[in-house]
Amino acid sequence: MVKWLAALLMALALSAQADEDLDKRAAALEEELRCLVCQNQTIADSHAGLAADLRREVREQLAQGKSEQEVLDFMVQRYGDFVLYRPPVKSTTWLLWFGPLLLLLAGAVLLVSRLRSARRETPAPSEEELQRARALLDNDKEQP
Amino acid sequence: MKRFILPLGVFAALLGFLWAGLHLNPREVPSPLIDKPAPAFSLTQLHVPERQIGTRDMAGQVWILNVWASWCVACRQEHPVLMELARMKLAPIVGLNYKDGRDDGIANLQRAGDPYLVSAFDQDGRVGIDYGVYGVPETFVIDKRGVIRYKQIGILTPEVVTGTLVPLIAKLNKEGGNG
Repeated sequence: MVKWLAALLMALALSAQADEDLDKRAAALEEELRCLVCQNQTIADSHAGLAADLRREVREQLAQGKSEQEVLDFMVQRYGDFVLYRPPVKSTTWLLWFGPLLLLLAGAVLLVSRLRSARRETPAPSEEELQRARALLDNDKEQP
Repeated sequence: MKRFILPLGVFAALLGFLWAGLHLNPREVPSPLIDKPAPAFSLTQLHVPERQIGTRDMAGQVWILNVWASWCVACRQEHPVLMELARMKLAPIVGLNYKDGRDDGIANLQRAGDPYLVSAFDQDGRVGIDYGVYGVPETFVIDKRGVIRYKQIGILTPEVVTGTLVPLIAKLNKEGGNG
């Protein structure tokens, strides 16, 4: 009798643990998916009916043993890349991913070229100018 | 003067992007389902719960799938256009009654008129998910081979019907079933 009870408790504990893992995985995945009704919210945040349906879909598919990637693929097949909060890197999204880097590089190039030309435009002081400068400095020292 | 050219150019480019952005509709997400086989479904009929309706019943002909619900306000606006489309008899219109109550759906059609050959009853919205539905109403045109050729997100307007649907369906009707 005690053995049976222990086994039952063990099974319950294990299934509770499994549920918790599933909840965690589902919650993480729901943060990656965009709700198409309220477009700036994830399906985890949104209260739209569709978001609730998609959360149910995510949970069911994970419970069936599907991997995270399989669930994401399921969503992309139906709603397109737009459903992903992290758009995939491909030819149409290169500008999106690397545009900021491009701007940074352009800025750096501009800065360096400006600094160089500024240095070139200031000629070295002539001997005469140096003498005047020295004279001024010496005058300064003599005065109290 | 020359020093102003670069900032002015950058400003003009930004203005161009913003101007183009004004004319984009963020609600219209390109569907990945265009030119893909329509997801198969078989659901109970709205009016006759004992009978099924599905993609298999519509195979071999050009047909229109219209997603609607009694709670959908925009669907009411679209309804007269659908009635007109049904009168034209270009292609059968199948309704997908999406996340609705059976009684509410039937009452809605009784009040306003029923443009559908038959409506499928998708109470929990699973078929809707398969079709990537996110804003009711949505309309799909499916060809003889069961491939989705057009998707309208939001209401069908008379302009869309005469400008897009009529020529498209005429073209699809000429296509062979196995071609």
